[in-house]
Amino acid sequence: MTNRFMISRRQLLKTSAAGAALGIASSALPFRSAFAAGVTVGFIYVGPKDDYGYNQAHAEGAAMLKGMDGVTVVEEENVPETVDVQKTMESMISLDGASLVFPTSFGYFDPHMLAMAAKFPEVQFRHCGGMWTEGKHPTNTGSYFGYIGQGQYLNGIAAGHATKTKKIGFVAAKPIPQVLLNINSFLLGARSVDPSITCQVIFTGEWSLAVKEAEATNALIDQGVDVVTCHVDSPKVVVETAAGRGAFICGYHANQSPLAPEKYLTGAEWNWANVYKMYVEKLVAGEALPNFTRGGLADGFVKMSPLGPAVPDAGRAQFEATLAEIMKGGFSVIKGPLKNNKGDVVAADGQAFAETAIELESMDYLVEGVVGSTS
Amino acid sequence: MTDIAASPVLRSPAASAALEWIARRAEGFVIPVGALIVGMALFSMFIALLGKSPLQLYDLMWRGGFGSWFSIQNTLSRAAPLLLAALCVALPARLGLVVIGGEGAIVLGGVAAAAMAVAISGAPSAVGIVLMALAGMLAGGIWIGAVGALRHYRAVNETISSLLMAYIAIALMNHLVEGPLRDPASLNKPSTPLIDPAFVVGPIPGMDVHWGLVVGIVACVMSWVLIEKTRWGFAARIAGGNVRAAQVQGLAVGPLIVGFCALAGAFAGLAGMLEVAAVQGNANGSLAAGYGYSGILVAFLARHNPLAIIPVAILLGGIEASGGLLQRRMDLPDATVQVLQGMIFIVILFSETLYGRFRMFNPDLWKRDV
Repeated sequence: MTNRFMISRRQLLKTSAAGAALGIASSALPFRSAFAAGVTVGFIYVGPKDDYGYNQAHAEGAAMLKGMDGVTVVEEENVPETVDVQKTMESMISLDGASLVFPTSFGYFDPHMLAMAAKFPEVQFRHCGGMWTEGKHPTNTGSYFGYIGQGQYLNGIAAGHATKTKKIGFVAAKPIPQVLLNINSFLLGARSVDPSITCQVIFTGEWSLAVKEAEATNALIDQGVDVVTCHVDSPKVVVETAAGRGAFICGYHANQSPLAPEKYLTGAEWNWANVYKMYVEKLVAGEALPNFTRGGLADGFVKMSPLGPAVPDAGRAQFEATLAEIMKGGFSVIKGPLKNNKGDVVAADGQAFAETAIELESMDYLVEGVVGSTS
Repeated sequence: MTDIAASPVLRSPAASAALEWIARRAEGFVIPVGALIVGMALFSMFIALLGKSPLQLYDLMWRGGFGSWFSIQNTLSRAAPLLLAALCVALPARLGLVVIGGEGAIVLGGVAAAAMAVAISGAPSAVGIVLMALAGMLAGGIWIGAVGALRHYRAVNETISSLLMAYIAIALMNHLVEGPLRDPASLNKPSTPLIDPAFVVGPIPGMDVHWGLVVGIVACVMSWVLIEKTRWGFAARIAGGNVRAAQVQGLAVGPLIVGFCALAGAFAGLAGMLEVAAVQGNANGSLAAGYGYSGILVAFLARHNPLAIIPVAILLGGIEASGGLLQRRMDLPDATVQVLQGMIFIVILFSETLYGRFRMFNPDLWKRDV
């Protein structure tokens, strides 16, 4: 037992004064014993677990762990990026005995997870999306993420073959590097089919704002866009709105084909089960967990939804060939000569950025052919 | 009188005066608590219909919200921002205004405080914290003060305008945090630069709850004194009861409305400042966490009485604190807690119709037809 269960007389007095039963140790113990055997792993989501998107992708990964021997999974959804998430982590550790916690939303990292990591040095924390840096962040923390931009490139290939109007659309949350790379990759994939294709982007400003997502999708289709994809937490509204208007859809985060089986071309999905299994197997075996984990399609961090019925044969062939190329490793989506949509060169002739390139994590431009602005 | 004197229970005048005093005040306590119990009972039926045990549910809610020192701290941490957010609803409500856009004042208060922190980085700790608080209060005060001014001088419905202005405030915050005030190093979560570590508002000694709790309680007590014990509060209550009557009496209703709204907004702005100074360390999109909307619930449950806000905020904080445990132990969705809050809210609103209906709370009726 660590000193968090030791209480000073002053604390005990306060506890009793507030009407609580005798001391905390006695009330905390039955909780811990419920999870005494094996390891307990905590998952925290910023939205609902069944959002057909970001959170569902993580929850599907967590669900894979539930079958593992000696592993208990505890989950909490709709946890805001405030003091709430700190208390949720603390509660999972103190009441459930979690020894590994996955706060899965970007905004959980700083200051919330870092504060809890300092408070509970014996617990491991792994965060999705952040940039863990040696020497700057505690050793019991770490970050993992996937190179999903190449999935959006493959989406773009499917879109390029399906579009009749040569206009494709992207509903995006915020103009941040991860989102910009997805938009650029989607357009570049489509342009590998037909260089005259343009991509209209609309930023909604929020990760989850259903009304604006529906408005943006309708606005895109009103402008002649006939294939839509997105980067928001829950693509459900975009997918259903676009399908309702007769447009094709490329998915994101999770598989949305059940929402629109005829109109769904393919989708870039997370495959977190692999990542979570890796961490938990190491934890059970008593090995050290890696602090910085990244991977793409070839590493099994990302996967593609099965191609839908609307993708023509030529599209299938190019999709499969490009996927095979990516699986070999070293494939670059962002490569010169390439200009941004203001006319400045962002990659010179012969210059190529593989998915692992650190420059891509600070992307601040939209490439030529994307109609829209980052500010 | 002879009846009472002849009754078997003989009471001294002092005892019966005490009884009357208690009876008059008990109504405002017994009815909400009764409504709370009815709401929880209705919720038990809902849980039973889902095939889960209501007993286990209430056991977990007790443990998660109040049953241990950790749970109590968890509850108080969540209650802290609700105190100030609820005042933003309760103060204008005493003037008869339904202001529901406190969220806007919270986010702008947070941004203003963060901007101030950047501007005065390096100043002494106390100076920095006070200036941050003033900046947050000024921003929030102007925002909700404007709602009051629109109401009084231009007859714009304050409920609608405050709600719409909250959306504008959030858009403004996003613009500032992602544009002019952005720390270039904040790549994937646009934020303002971290505030000077000297300006960080720490925890209350001996517990893991930041000073915002104390600030909130003090603000509630001050607001109660303002409303119940000062001439401004008296004037506000008159204006809230009947604006025309107040105007006929020569009360300056316009400045009263604008002033109360501005004070309400200043409290919300202070809540935003505390989010920045005690929790986030900078201003970012997470400032719009919905505290402004939870504050509406707290203020209505407290019947806009600033002192009642304190226990209600703690109760709601406890319900939210235990929500996680319900998800983890009973496999209930997060929406469960929202269903409970909704049921309690509706039952309490219905219970408003019960005031004045019970003889036992009205000593004036005791003597009439015995």
